[in-house]
Amino acid sequence: MSSKPINVEEIKKELIAKMPTKVARKRAKSIVPGAGGSGEAIPEIQANVRTVPGIITQRGCTYAGCKGVVLGPSRDIVNLTHGPIGCGFYSWLTRRNETDAGPDGDNFIPYCFSTDLTEHDIVFGGMKKLSAAIQEAYDNFHPKAISVFSTCPVGLIGDDIHSVARQMQEKLGITVFANSCEGYRGVSQSAGHHIANNQIMKHIIGTDDTPVEGKYKINILGEYNIGGDAFEIERILEKCGITLIATFSGNSTVESFRKAHFADLNTVMCHRSLNYVAEMMETKFGIPWIKVNFIGAHATAKSLRRIATYFEDQELLDRVEQVIAEEMPAIEAAIKDIRPRTEGKTAMMFVGGSRAHHYQELFGELGMKVLCAGYEFAHRDDYEGRHVLPKIKVDADSRNIEELEVEQDATRYKPRKTPEQLEALKAKGVEVKDYDGMIGQMDKNSLIIDDISQYETEKLIEIMKPDIFCAGIKEKYIIQKMGMPMKQLHNYDIGGPYAGFVGAINWYRDIDRMVNSKIWSLTKAPWQSEGPELEASYVAE
Amino acid sequence: MALLRHTTGEIKERKALTVNPAKTCQPIGAMYAALGVHNCFPHSHGSQGCCAYHRSTLTRHYKEPIVAGTSSFTEGSSVFGGQSNLITAIDNIFTLYDPEIIAVHTTCLSETIGDDLRQISQKAKDDGKVPEGKVLIYASTPSYVGTHITGYSNMVKGILKGFVAKTGTPNGKLNIIPGFCEPSDMAELRRLCGMMGIEIIMVPDTNGVVNGPMTGKYEMFPKGGATKEEIATMGDSMATIGLGRWATTDAVNYLDADFKVPGTILGMPIGLQATDRFIETLHKLTGKAVPDAITFERGQLVDIISDYDQYLYGKKVALAGDPDQLLPLVELIVTLGMIPAYVVSGTAGKYFEDRMAELTKDVPYDCKYKCGPQADMYLLHQWIKNDPVDLLIGNTYLKYIARDEDIPLLRHGFPILDRVGHQYFPTFGYSGGMRLLEKILAAIMDRQDRDAPETRFELQM
Ligand code: SF4
Ligand code: SF4
Repeated sequence: MSSKPINVEEIKKELIAKMPTKVARKRAKSIVPGAGGSGEAIPEIQANVRTVPGIITQRGCTYAGCKGVVLGPSRDIVNLTHGPIGCGFYSWLTRRNETDAGPDGDNFIPYCFSTDLTEHDIVFGGMKKLSAAIQEAYDNFHPKAISVFSTCPVGLIGDDIHSVARQMQEKLGITVFANSCEGYRGVSQSAGHHIANNQIMKHIIGTDDTPVEGKYKINILGEYNIGGDAFEIERILEKCGITLIATFSGNSTVESFRKAHFADLNTVMCHRSLNYVAEMMETKFGIPWIKVNFIGAHATAKSLRRIATYFEDQELLDRVEQVIAEEMPAIEAAIKDIRPRTEGKTAMMFVGGSRAHHYQELFGELGMKVLCAGYEFAHRDDYEGRHVLPKIKVDADSRNIEELEVEQDATRYKPRKTPEQLEALKAKGVEVKDYDGMIGQMDKNSLIIDDISQYETEKLIEIMKPDIFCAGIKEKYIIQKMGMPMKQLHNYDIGGPYAGFVGAINWYRDIDRMVNSKIWSLTKAPWQSEGPELEASYVAE
Repeated sequence: MALLRHTTGEIKERKALTVNPAKTCQPIGAMYAALGVHNCFPHSHGSQGCCAYHRSTLTRHYKEPIVAGTSSFTEGSSVFGGQSNLITAIDNIFTLYDPEIIAVHTTCLSETIGDDLRQISQKAKDDGKVPEGKVLIYASTPSYVGTHITGYSNMVKGILKGFVAKTGTPNGKLNIIPGFCEPSDMAELRRLCGMMGIEIIMVPDTNGVVNGPMTGKYEMFPKGGATKEEIATMGDSMATIGLGRWATTDAVNYLDADFKVPGTILGMPIGLQATDRFIETLHKLTGKAVPDAITFERGQLVDIISDYDQYLYGKKVALAGDPDQLLPLVELIVTLGMIPAYVVSGTAGKYFEDRMAELTKDVPYDCKYKCGPQADMYLLHQWIKNDPVDLLIGNTYLKYIARDEDIPLLRHGFPILDRVGHQYFPTFGYSGGMRLLEKILAAIMDRQDRDAPETRFELQM
């Protein structure tokens, strides 16, 4: 469709032209061109700032990030929403975190637990109801752990959920902890990820010292098993002989979190939601972390090689090469078949916090170009790379979120690599604690937009006419009404997995189906497609 | 292993914990109601999370664009009040999206801090943020009171308050306030009234808004919805019918009290008798004869019921949902000779208990029903564990019970996330009743076919 020459500066101007001046000024800072190719300076982008009221954002809230995203997919925790019924209801099974209850059989994911606060509780306080609800959850379900999430009104009435959790932990003898994740607390879901991660760090990680067997032990940070992605990654790792202790958090268990400190490497998928956990685990236990990406066949191969290189073990390196060699023929065959139908087509992606970057690999494999991309709740480092971290200002909204001070664990700290070893790894292309961000990899003629508004979305599509748009459920049918396929990338529209090798093939097929679907050319009735004469002739007949 | 593997038949009394609710919160109902007004933009006054959740759920249910604004509260707004956020939002919405009307509803958050929508709207007008000819309407919808049905009810009343006037010249029309139902049901109400030659004003009317066509062009404000001009004349109508006690009583009473438009509240016209009462009321209020075509449709429904009696009689049904929908459904089930064994609704109301007692008094089974706190799907499932049923009726969340217990499920209510049809085909009226019957029978007869031993597997049933 597109590929007409575009001037990103012009487009940017058009996007903000109609906005009230103050809004336009603010939004302009969140829209920058890519800096692809070497040598270009990475432009500064405004991110993780408050949404402008009323411009139709696609963002969710702190509670959604905390309960829905991070703790939600831990299958053996009873996740109890303390608040009126709505928040709990909407976060009930709506994220497609696939789950395998495993041999122990614990799986609370299909349940929605809530204190269902009513007016009386709002007036007189909800703490009694909360402890009673924890007790009833225990009596009915006997979980290993219960975590509590506060919603907006709870924060306002000042229920001390943490003290209730402490008391109930003592009383019941299981892990009970609370998250102050009221929706207003941050500017997006991101604040909620941080809050959940802090609590997992404080209450769970490293609390079980039963040793874990395995030669190459890793954790995955930021893989939520949407549509079964984690299952595919698990399959590949197992094939390579790599032991996956914990996934934060897809199909995960409290047990696995407790033993996560035995890993010798943390691999970070979603940089946004988990980078600070990686940092904290390094400080506390001495586990280095690397950024990986299992989205895209070549990205997966590359990530596997990086992991193997990190372990500096020929046996593993060979095994990984063998697995890649086994998996690649199917990939190549699929690409050979499909790419002629997708080559040269264009896409836009506006998704949460890492996918808008990761999925560019998959589009690349199909010969497609990503014209514009952006995140819903990322921070500057996700766009510009980690080198900007020291330059990011701490504002009132980020100060709301607790920063944990962690120290070396007295007994569990064990540096996995010496500084010299890490230096040597860097020379081999395995840089620890590093992430370059999305802007540097995107073309100069592309636009990167943070927290894109509905208005900008519509304009952008009008101007650039991509062949496919990727975002979430709220945007889905708006885009499709425009006669263009829309792929959900939070939830995958029931598709997936898209991670790993099997996932890549699923993706090629789904995108092929979507961009080549007949229906988009049939949106007009035959009597509507042509000019006035045709219409008249229909009348005449 | 079972999906809801931790649910057992051992029922322990719960007073604080809700598990798998048969309800949700007020603002989503308000958002839905606002969509039934033409050129109206719903706005959620609170944190952006609520708005995201409500939009997502409505989108998943309708598979249609659902847009709404949010005041995007942060900590500061929560402490100092949301006035400036709302005024900014109003300015941005009128500038960028240009609706005729903004319908603001509150959330837990703005209610808890006590934001006064009346005062903020006035301030927005005084500050010149509401362009000439544009309107702000609002409703207070604290989610810790009532459920999504309450929110719907509050917004419907808010819509009327925003527009209804009285000129004193009768318009010869009938007001219809449908409860929280599908756009297809609203269309059916219009069709039936049309057949009787009755002119109506229906508010809200989401037909054409949340079940629109694909045209290659996105319209934020599609053709459907009651217009504000139309709504304005409701004070001159001859009468009002509200369909659904929980969802419409306030609106009906408002028109009665403030505009002297006499009101009648009926159940939703689902099934035979409830539709009979609706048609009869139309006839009595307007004096219009019931045309043969309607009597014909009625006869067809009765015909199906009598033809298929043997498949239905004595079969047990469990239902979850909103009382406005549940009560007529239960009445239908009893009429079919089936047994409404278990019924739960998160929406509370004494009328529910009374009416359920009345409807089930001759049913040869100790029917269990509960509404309000802890009347949830977990309890429903526990009841089923102790004594199973033949059919489930309710929203998509029941599919977990359906699979675990191997019971057919008829999807009805809100939200339906995994099937198509509710947006396009009504369950209201006699023809809607036929559709319901078709679905109930298909579920039961498919099941019979599946379970029949070889010797009893029959071509003709
Ligand atoms: S915060 Fe309140 S209004 Fe918002 S979704 Fe939750 S219950 Fe509903
Ligand atoms: S913003 Fe508050 S009330 Fe709304 S969904 Fe989030 S936590 Fe719940």
